[in-house]
Amino acid sequence: MTDSKYFTTTKKGEIFELKSELNSDKKEKKKEAVKKVIASMTVGKDVSALFPDVVNCMQTDNLELKKLVYLYLMNYAKSQPDMAIMAVNTFVKDCEDPNPLIRALAVRTMGCIRVDKITEYLCEPLRKCLKDEDPYVRKTAAICVAKLHDINASMVEDQGFLDQLKELLSDSNPMVVANAVASLTEINEASSSGQPLMELNAATMNKLLTALNECTEWGQVFILDALSQYSPKDEREAQSICERITPRLAHANAAVVLSAVKCLMKFMELMVGDSEFVKNLTKKLAPPLVTLLSSEPEVQYVALRNINLIVQKRPELLKHEMKVFFVKYNDPIYVKLEKLDIMIRLASEANIVQVLSELKEYATEVDVDFVRKAVRAIGRCAIKVETSAERCVSTLLDLIQTKVNYVVQEAIVVIKDIFRKYPNKYESIISTLCENLDTLDEPEARASMIWIIGEYAERIDNADELLESFLEGFHDENTQVQLQLLTAIVKLFLKRPTDTQELVQQVLSLATQDSDNPDLRDRGFIYWRLLSTDPGAAKEVVLAEKPLIAEETDLIEPTLLDELICHIASLASVYHKPPSAFVEGRTGLRRALPKSSGDNENNSDQQQQQQQQQQQPTVIPNQDSLIPDLLNMDISAPPVVPAAQPAYTGGTLDLLSGGLDSLLGGGGADAAAAPAAGATPPVGGANTSSAGLLGDIFGMPATAGQGYSLPKQLWLPANRGKGMEITGTFSRRNGIISMDMTIHNKAMQPITNFAIQLNKNSFGITPSATLNVPAPVAPNQSVDVSLILATTGPVQRMDPLTNLQVAIKNSVDVFYFATVMPMHIFFTEDGAMEKRVFLSTWKDIPSQNEVQFNIDNVNMNADGISNKLQANNVFTIAKRNVEGQDMLYQSIKLTNGIWVLTELKLQPGNTTIVLSLKSRATDVAQGINEAFQGILHS
Amino acid sequence: MIHSLFIINSSGDVFMEKHWKSVIPRSICDYFFDAQRKANNNEDIPPVITTPHHYLLSILRSNLFFVAVCMTEVPPLFVIEFLHRVVDTFEDYFGECTESIIKEHYVVVYELLDEMLDNGFPLATESNILKELIKPPNILRTIANTVTGKSNVSATLPTGQLSNVPWRRSGVKYTNNEAYFDVTEEVDAIIDKAGGTVTAEIQGYIDCCVKLSGMPDLTLTFMNSRLFDDISFHPCVRLKRWESERVLSFIPPDGNSRLLSYHIGPQSVVAIPVYIRHNISFRDVGGGRLDITVGPKQTMGRVVEGVVLEIPMPKCVLNCNLTVTQGKYTFDPVSKLLNWNIGRIDPTKLPNMRGNISVQSGSPPPESNPIINVQFVVTQRALSGLKVNRLDIYGEKYNPFKGVKYVTKAGRFQVRT
Repeated sequence: MTDSKYFTTTKKGEIFELKSELNSDKKEKKKEAVKKVIASMTVGKDVSALFPDVVNCMQTDNLELKKLVYLYLMNYAKSQPDMAIMAVNTFVKDCEDPNPLIRALAVRTMGCIRVDKITEYLCEPLRKCLKDEDPYVRKTAAICVAKLHDINASMVEDQGFLDQLKELLSDSNPMVVANAVASLTEINEASSSGQPLMELNAATMNKLLTALNECTEWGQVFILDALSQYSPKDEREAQSICERITPRLAHANAAVVLSAVKCLMKFMELMVGDSEFVKNLTKKLAPPLVTLLSSEPEVQYVALRNINLIVQKRPELLKHEMKVFFVKYNDPIYVKLEKLDIMIRLASEANIVQVLSELKEYATEVDVDFVRKAVRAIGRCAIKVETSAERCVSTLLDLIQTKVNYVVQEAIVVIKDIFRKYPNKYESIISTLCENLDTLDEPEARASMIWIIGEYAERIDNADELLESFLEGFHDENTQVQLQLLTAIVKLFLKRPTDTQELVQQVLSLATQDSDNPDLRDRGFIYWRLLSTDPGAAKEVVLAEKPLIAEETDLIEPTLLDELICHIASLASVYHKPPSAFVEGRTGLRRALPKSSGDNENNSDQQQQQQQQQQQPTVIPNQDSLIPDLLNMDISAPPVVPAAQPAYTGGTLDLLSGGLDSLLGGGGADAAAAPAAGATPPVGGANTSSAGLLGDIFGMPATAGQGYSLPKQLWLPANRGKGMEITGTFSRRNGIISMDMTIHNKAMQPITNFAIQLNKNSFGITPSATLNVPAPVAPNQSVDVSLILATTGPVQRMDPLTNLQVAIKNSVDVFYFATVMPMHIFFTEDGAMEKRVFLSTWKDIPSQNEVQFNIDNVNMNADGISNKLQANNVFTIAKRNVEGQDMLYQSIKLTNGIWVLTELKLQPGNTTIVLSLKSRATDVAQGINEAFQGILHS
Repeated sequence: MIHSLFIINSSGDVFMEKHWKSVIPRSICDYFFDAQRKANNNEDIPPVITTPHHYLLSILRSNLFFVAVCMTEVPPLFVIEFLHRVVDTFEDYFGECTESIIKEHYVVVYELLDEMLDNGFPLATESNILKELIKPPNILRTIANTVTGKSNVSATLPTGQLSNVPWRRSGVKYTNNEAYFDVTEEVDAIIDKAGGTVTAEIQGYIDCCVKLSGMPDLTLTFMNSRLFDDISFHPCVRLKRWESERVLSFIPPDGNSRLLSYHIGPQSVVAIPVYIRHNISFRDVGGGRLDITVGPKQTMGRVVEGVVLEIPMPKCVLNCNLTVTQGKYTFDPVSKLLNWNIGRIDPTKLPNMRGNISVQSGSPPPESNPIINVQFVVTQRALSGLKVNRLDIYGEKYNPFKGVKYVTKAGRFQVRT
């Protein structure tokens, strides 16, 4: 007898038949019927109609039947919430059962019933189970808290379950501890407010480390992941933690091993790089990583992605293990490609001979993608290990001789790079390359070949013929090829002007007149102009010496690498992207590696400071001290000072006297930004506007930011508010977000007892004080109130992103309304990014994350715009003038840590400016655009 | 953690789904099928697939895909290891893990999945705990259950789940007490055209089958424990003892389990037990020739058995016309796989296979020669020279029957030609 018989009943009236069987008196028949129901459920059939009948079977002593009914309940309770309530009583009873297995089963199942109404009834049984004498029940209950949190987060917080969970962290049973950690981690992940629930201090660390040795393998993974977020206070502590984690490297479970590797990699940062301890630890790290590569291919893949990060951070770790990355014929393609990557990273003078002979072997394999990458790898080896360049080139030539089309094309692409790295060394092979000209059909290969011909035109006798042959089908070529062809022919002309004049004319006219690609046209015109006005200059420009290409390509940018090291063993390490870039709604704190031992004392302070900055608004010096501060700051001011102005920075005091007026008078647009320009106050009695002025001049962040705010809008009309009308707006002043409201009483009696509540929202906006309305608002009277807001509340994604749902209570009733917050109130004061970081971040964000908007009717010059934006915490990082257009590069940091980078393009005489913005979270783009519109039109 | 699991057969049917949280519609598998279409064959589907809202982590075992759906940032190895554990458990329960077996035992499968994961968190994954909770099916019990109306779900608390030795159930009793250890070493190697070793490493395991009553405490010592520098243990092994004395001290799991696995890397010298002399050549026209001889190399006096050569021929090969001096050969014209089953190698009369390869007329000769995958077994000897010294039992009075077996096998052993 097998279970497959349950699948065979597919005839009509099945449900009806099951129903009668479920209501049968015979226990055995009932059980069979429930089994059939479950069978239908597992294959995706809808058997929810049987809900009441199945629930009736729940009151039974037969454990198997009970379990089956529980299974059914978990699946369908959501669609039948009213019926599910019928089951509550049984659960409550089962939670009191003398058998701990039943108690645990009941508490487990309860949590899986995702119905709001029911969850309330489950709090009491759960509370009891969390304190159950039996650890099996406690550990099950710990997970149940996470389940409830998923269904109703606020209830879990209100009922104090989180505190109970934290208490379980010091439970005597290691399994319970592990589950409590797992549960807290999951809750943390879901809440995404970035506030870690678990306070990791030395005492909890100790408990976790003790539990680590005794709990199950899965529990070990949870605990290790939690441990990795701890910041040890000094090197000694880090070492002792590492010592206790190291034995985990010998675990049979790959997940445990990799999580342990994460902890060790992170804590090693705290230690002196060349200490004996670190050396020993690195020795111990290599073997387990190598062992992971003899597991299943899926495990290998994840391991390889992580090893790729690890060897970038600590190249010495696996430098002797090259051979384990050699590709086996029957490795899955995803493993092959990863292994190749790591082989190149590990390639060095010591092993290059072996690596090359392997790569050559791979280049004759069947799989096209793999072969291509192998050929590319040979080129990368040549660039990385100079001594091997010659050998690589000859290997590539051998491969070209095979005449396999895609091999030849790849080879030519990499040979171009080799030429760029080692100019004037291997030109002898050009003739061989030229032989294969006809077979090239991929744009990249064609472009590379054309580049080579152009670059070495003087050595190729028939360069003009070769290039001319490409010219015939100019318009069918890919843009990349067209651009290369244009440049190559111009190079040729400059080198051999006598016999190529016709050719160059031809290509210039093709590029400028017959093409509708702006890049190509622009480049064509530039060359044309250059050649016609000053051929000497043209020579200097076009034939200028090119910078050598970097040794190692494809390296992950260091800051990103450090962040990813903290995420070893997680999905982020597989994608090589920070979690904020791909996990939905993930706006939590980004992890950073601890600073190396030299400055680790400041480290914890720094972190605290960072956290404080996120929690509390920045404290702004009061106005009296503001001016002196600003004066002192000028030397350390960020290098955004426009080129024309540095002369002023020296004599700041003088500036404040006579010279200033004229200076200000000069810039008409500036005056608009700073209305108080005419009356320059003396130093002592400075007011905010003068501070803004100074900020303007020195290009300093105007920390005293009197950010703009929208005019008050009608939020709650009187007819909906039973006589109470509310208009309001949001503003950010001195780093404090406030909600400014006018409450107007249009009713007949006075209104009192105001209170306000904000729903969870995208930015965690929450009142940091109670709503303070001083006295009752009399009829026909209005009161202005201002509510200070903080961004520490619970986060939930809203649509639109800046939507805020508000509830206001007063003596009459409770009123609900929704409003949209302007995005600029979330721009923080520390949003100025360093120039270098800006540049690398800009490059790092993929171009599909770039969004463009037009902003019309802006009657300001670049400085005016920059100042105005600065006052709202949009910081200009750099300013460039390209072909008469002003480009402003700006950075913004939102209160939840998201960075937004923008580029503003201003065309002279055009009031429309183009805003391009890039961010890892593109959802904010629209809001930022609106904020810019608002700020610039205010 | 793990939200849902879909089991998909090789023809792309989702024949089993299990949700530990809310139900995720089956259409999520379309992303997996997209990846499947893009891959050349089923082995090449990437194990981690991102979709707009979910992450799909999958493994391929016995031609079935086990696709786990996750919604939050999870450690991918955690999921992958867990999926492998699920398949291991099925194999443990049902002997093998195929579509028909899963369908046949779907209630047990569903119960197992439910016990193994709670809300996406692993609950009970140790086979002996599971077996206490859910009895594995066997014919006798099924009949007995039908007659008596009992079920295969136990009503007692799985005691092991809370004890300090979760891998061992209490109250074990055997009439014959016995403990067997299998030392298995697999050689992974790449041999180049000239017969030189490009890389060779040993992956070793010690599997044990322990049927001992009560709570025995065992120690196992080795003649040459210095061989181990990279080793992973079953949780039952006391690490401290190993580190200080190089002695394996443990309370064994009941029944079959893998006590430890070790890895001897390519940096140490690995003796290769067989050599292959080969000459495969393709002419520009009229096919090619093949001549392969296999012989023993460093076998330490043991016989090489179970030798099988597998050669994936290039696509253009139509047929092979060969003569063999020993064993049998087959050529599958669809998969282009040439398989030569040799068996035992007699050192005095080396097996040889030679003959012609016919190639599609008009097609150019293949760019490279095929690779030879070799399988072999050398019994009674571990290639690394590992030897068990002695096994002692403490805590129990009986004198068990003990045995150690050594086997060396080819793992992924490839010869380039």
